[in-house]
Amino acid sequence: MMPDALLEVKDLHTYFELEEGTLKAVNGVSFTIRKNRTLGIVGESGCGKSVTAQSIMRITPKKNSSMRGQILLHHESGAVDVAQLDEDGDEMRDLRGRDIAMIFQEPMTAFSPVHTVGNQIMEALFVHGERDKRAARKRVIALLDEVGIPAPERRIDEYPFQLSGGMRQRSMIAMAIILNPRLLIADEPTTALDVTIQAQILRLMKRLQRDNGMAIMFITHDLGVIANMADDVAVMYLGKIVEYGASRQIFNDPKHPYTKGLLRSIPKFGTTIGKHLATIKGTVPVPLDPPDACPFANRCAEFIAGACDVRMPAAVAVAPGHSVNCVLYE
Amino acid sequence: MREPSLLELRGLKKYFPIERGFLRRVVGHVRAVDHVSLSIDKGRTLGLVGESGSGKTTLGRCVLRAIDLTAGEILFHHEGVTTDLAQLNRRNLREFRKHMQMIFQDPYSSLDPRKTVFDIVSEPLRINRIAAGKALEDRVRAALELVGLDLRYMKRYPHAFSGGQRQRIGIARALSINPQLIVCDEAVSALDVSVQAQILNLLKDLQEELSLTYLFIAHDLSVVEHVSDEVAVMYVGKLVEQAPTRQLFARPRHPYTEALLSAIPRPDPDQPLPETGGIEGELPDPANPPSGCYFHPRCPYAEQICREQEPPLAEVAPNHTAACHFADELALQGLEN
Repeated sequence: MMPDALLEVKDLHTYFELEEGTLKAVNGVSFTIRKNRTLGIVGESGCGKSVTAQSIMRITPKKNSSMRGQILLHHESGAVDVAQLDEDGDEMRDLRGRDIAMIFQEPMTAFSPVHTVGNQIMEALFVHGERDKRAARKRVIALLDEVGIPAPERRIDEYPFQLSGGMRQRSMIAMAIILNPRLLIADEPTTALDVTIQAQILRLMKRLQRDNGMAIMFITHDLGVIANMADDVAVMYLGKIVEYGASRQIFNDPKHPYTKGLLRSIPKFGTTIGKHLATIKGTVPVPLDPPDACPFANRCAEFIAGACDVRMPAAVAVAPGHSVNCVLYE
Repeated sequence: MREPSLLELRGLKKYFPIERGFLRRVVGHVRAVDHVSLSIDKGRTLGLVGESGSGKTTLGRCVLRAIDLTAGEILFHHEGVTTDLAQLNRRNLREFRKHMQMIFQDPYSSLDPRKTVFDIVSEPLRINRIAAGKALEDRVRAALELVGLDLRYMKRYPHAFSGGQRQRIGIARALSINPQLIVCDEAVSALDVSVQAQILNLLKDLQEELSLTYLFIAHDLSVVEHVSDEVAVMYVGKLVEQAPTRQLFARPRHPYTEALLSAIPRPDPDQPLPETGGIEGELPDPANPPSGCYFHPRCPYAEQICREQEPPLAEVAPNHTAACHFADELALQGLEN
C-alpha cells in the first residue's frame, strides 16, 4: 500500500442483470487515490467510469445490480471496506458527504426543484448533526461566497431554476464540500458548461483542493480537461482500466493502442487543419456478456489473432507508476 | 472574376417578444440575433462560435427559415440567380428548401423511432417529389453509400444503431436531395471522441466530393478550427469578430475571442490553463444587455468609451473584421501551436 493512499479500489466488479444478459459495467478495476491528489478517469460513453464512481458512493440501482471487490477507505485508525457496508445503513450515510462527496454533470437534475438552494445545502449539515439554524445559514452564505457566487445572502434563498448553469454547478460544489470531505468525486462536472465557465469551475476546484486538502476523482471524456486536472490518469475501456500512469506519462508517452488512438483522434490546434483525423474503427460496443479477452481487440489496429482474443492481458509496468494491459508489452 | 458567395446574410435580425401578464402585453424583446451580416463562399466552411445564449443556433434556424426572421435579407446565389429567402412565401420556400439541409446535434432525438432508415433518408425526396419507386430506392442507396452505411440496414429502425451510425443516417437524410448548403448545428458534440473523428472526416470528404457549403455551428473551438475556412464569433446576438481560421486563432482582435481561446483546455499537461486571468462572470441576459459594448462588464481592457458607445464591426486587416474600440491598439494573445 502506498503511504499516502486514501482510497484503494481492488478488483471491483459491478454487474447489472438485464433481460439480454449480464452487463459488466465495471469488470475488474483496481486503482488508488492518493491524499490531496487528483486521479483522472477518462473514457468514452459506456466504459464504466460513472458506474465506478457510483459503486464507491454505493448508489448503484439496487434492483438488478451486484458488486464484488474491495473499496478500502483509509483512516488514521485503519481501513473501512466500503463495499462491505450496508448501502442504506447509518455507517454509509455518515460516510457520504463527510468522507466522500460527489458532484454530477447536470446540476439541474441533482438539485430538487422545489427547495431553495440554501435549504438543500443546509440539509447536509442537519443530517450530520448541526442543530443551530442560524449558524448553518451563516456557514452556507460564507461557502457560497467562497465558491464564487455573487450576492450569496440573496442567492441562498433562490431556487435552482433561478440560477445559471455555472452558478448551479458552483452551488453543487458548495453542497459537496460543506462537510470538508476527504475525497470529492466529480462526474463530468463541466461537460454541460461553456468553455469560459468551465475554465472558472476547474480553477475553483483546484483552489478548493489546495485550501481544503482533499483528493479528487475526476471523471470525464474530455482529454483536455483531464490534462489540466489530473495528477494520475486511468484510461478505461469497456469496464476495464487499460492504461494507468502519471498524467505526463499518459499524454507524452501513451502505450496502449486505445490511448494512442484517442489522443490521435482529437483535433489539435494548428496541426490538423485540412487534414484527416486519425480514427479508431468501429464504435464502442456494449459490455453485454463480454468475452474474457482484451476489450479493445475488435477495434485495435495492432490486433494479434490468438493472443488478444483469448485472454485479458495482465497489467505490465512499463515505467515506474506506468502500467498497461496489452499483449504488445507482455 | 471571383465566384459570388453561395449565401449572404444582410442585417439579419431575430427578436423574440417578451410577454407579460394576462393580456400578453409585449414588454420588451430578446435580441437573439441582432443585425448580423456575413457570407459563405461555395464549397467552403464557415464556423460559427459563441457561448450558449449567443444566438448561434437561432441564426442557423433563421438561415433555413425554420423560424421567421424579424428583419434582414438571406441571399442565396445559385446558378446565376439570386433569391432572397426572407421574401419567399410558404410554397416557394418549400420548393427552395431542397437546396438547404440541416444536421442536428442529438442523433437520438432527431430521428423518428417509428420509421425505418429507408423512410428517414427518403423523406426529403418524397416530400419534394423528386423521386419515386425504383429511382427513389437508388437515391437512398447512393446516399447511404456516401456516408458509409451498410445497405442491409435500410429496413431497420434507429434504435438498432449507435450514436455515430445515427449521425450518419442524419447526414444521409440531409444529402439525399443534393443540397448546396448544410447547416451543421453542433453536429459532432454528442459523439464519443473516437466517433467524432470519423464523422468530421466524413463531412470533409463529402464536402470535397459534392462541393458542399457548410455553416458549422459549434462551441468546441478545436473542432471548429479543424473544419472551418473562416470563423465568426457571436456574443449576445451580435457578430463581434470574423476572420480566416488561422488568422483568428493566431491573432484575435476582439477580447472576447481572446478569452474564448485562453479558456480551451489543451490535451497537454505542460500547457495548463492559466491560474489567473481569464474572464470572470457569465453571458449577460440578452433581454437586458449592458450599455455600450455588450462585452464591457467582462472585458479586462474596458474603458469609459466601451460603457457608452457600441463599437461598429470594422475591418481591422484584410478579410478580418472586429467590433472593438481598441481592436487596433490591443496586442491580444492567440494560440501558439
